[in-house]
Amino acid sequence: MDFFIGHYNYWIAIFLMMVGFYTVISRGNLVKKIIGLNIFQVSVFLLYISVSTVKGGAAPIITEGIELYSNPLPHVLILTAIVVGVATTALGLALVVRIKEAYGTIEEDEIHAQDHSL
Amino acid sequence: MPDHLSLLLVVIPLIAAPVAAILPRGRLPWATALTVTSICFILAGMQLWAVVHDGVISYELGGWAPPWGIEYRIDAVNAFVALIVSGIAAITVPYALLSAEKEIPEHQIPHFYSAFLLCFTGLLGITQTGDIFNLFVFLEISSLSSYALISLGQKRQALTSAYQYLIMGTLGATFFLIGVGLIYSQTGTLNMMDLAERLPEVSGLNTVHTGFAFIMIGFALKLALFPLHLWLPNAYTYAPTVITVFLAATATKVALYVMLRVLFTVFPNGFISTIPTGDLFILSGMAGIIIASVYAIYQVDVKRLLAYSSVAQIGYMALGIGFASAMGVTATIIHLFNHALMKGALFMAVGAIIYRIGDCRMDNIQGLGRQMPWTFGAIVTGGLSLIGVPGTAGFISKWYLVLAALEQDAWILVAVILIGSLLAVIYMGRVIEALYFKPAAETNLAVKEAPILLLAPTWVLVFANIYFGLDTELTVGVAEHAAQVLGVAAK
Repeated sequence: MDFFIGHYNYWIAIFLMMVGFYTVISRGNLVKKIIGLNIFQVSVFLLYISVSTVKGGAAPIITEGIELYSNPLPHVLILTAIVVGVATTALGLALVVRIKEAYGTIEEDEIHAQDHSL
Repeated sequence: MPDHLSLLLVVIPLIAAPVAAILPRGRLPWATALTVTSICFILAGMQLWAVVHDGVISYELGGWAPPWGIEYRIDAVNAFVALIVSGIAAITVPYALLSAEKEIPEHQIPHFYSAFLLCFTGLLGITQTGDIFNLFVFLEISSLSSYALISLGQKRQALTSAYQYLIMGTLGATFFLIGVGLIYSQTGTLNMMDLAERLPEVSGLNTVHTGFAFIMIGFALKLALFPLHLWLPNAYTYAPTVITVFLAATATKVALYVMLRVLFTVFPNGFISTIPTGDLFILSGMAGIIIASVYAIYQVDVKRLLAYSSVAQIGYMALGIGFASAMGVTATIIHLFNHALMKGALFMAVGAIIYRIGDCRMDNIQGLGRQMPWTFGAIVTGGLSLIGVPGTAGFISKWYLVLAALEQDAWILVAVILIGSLLAVIYMGRVIEALYFKPAAETNLAVKEAPILLLAPTWVLVFANIYFGLDTELTVGVAEHAAQVLGVAAK
């Protein structure tokens, strides 16, 4: 039982990872795919933050009387990864706007149908 | 200045990218890109020379000592890859002047060069860095800018293929990130050399195995290793030709370098044989060589044909990794260099045809070989090199690959390599047949030879194909040295 409850943050990360991944694969709507991609990336952020936790550790701010800190490095890494994620989303959505202008639709199957009829 | 060589190689294009974006339209952004890529080429040459003569360069960013700070660690392997990347960039930019003016709307030209320089920064950064998270950041810099560059293609399919690449590429990069996180959780370090020291202790853990698998799959996606290659044919077909030349000759090569680095430097030697990674590489390499080559035969668009051929060529490189022997890795590194030369030359020659007739479908290019003899000559020589005819660079890589296969007594693989060459004869033969032996359509009779600015860079690469087919001292010497640095066992 401890395996499930004691590691609940990891289970949430894995659940979100699968939800995001499945959305990217299964959805035909280009915006929904980007949403799935975002969920997938966020799950990885959670994974990193979970890894950085030290049992009984305080927030990594140096003050008197506290000896044990959580590891701040993964937090910094994830700040970088969040920026990368934002840039990817922005670029992806910009492409979707251009696709909508060029095809008049953002459904994958309709785009395929148009390309093959050419 | 020599002290900061390794950092300058990344910083110069990074600073030049926004400068190119704010320059006025016209040829100034191009001139900036040309200057920057030439400087980087010279610096990369100096760096390789320094590494080969004085040993490994370790550069501490901001003076923070590794493993706390980010370290740029240059040995023969990444110095060689950095030289390839900057060399191809320095040849692509002169070619880009006319080709980009033709294929890209005028108001986007400054942004085009800006994105190109960013992509160049990212690729060089991946080769230079010794920190595995820093590598992820550079990977995303190069990927994001290449999605934007691909979407600049003329047809609307360029948008969908850029989108497809964005989804697949981001999945790949995120897989890599997961893998790095899992390994960090067990070792507490991100520096590659530090990882190499600490991983042997924990290499039996499931977490490390899982992390390893995530990193491999992530980079197999970026590398377009069969069967994860689905983004590549579309992206190469619809991207502006200059970008196809650049990405085909550099992006997959850099991804392959990361594979080599992770497999042989970061993870302890022999790790590859504890889980069946080598066999997987050989399997997907074999399947890629045969299936992608057969696909190539049935293509009606020459750019797409060459893109499928690229997937097959990546298969050859995967075979070399799969052997996990010094000879195999040497063959992979040699082919990495030679394939950049031959695909660069071929895509440039195809770009010259597109410059003249705006298309490269088999039925539209008929008979053009007689009107454009120099372009045709480049395609024939590049094709011969792709097939692996003696006297061309392609022969050298195939030769070493066959030697590596024989060393393992893998006769089936020798057969696969030879069948792959025969299939290349068929698909390149179709292009040459259409160009030379088919009667020219009336609309094509007035087509003239491509301008010298397109032909000169193409022929530089063509001559390089012949030169490195005859004089193998640089390629084989450096590749053997690099395999030694990676510490691959003889057999």
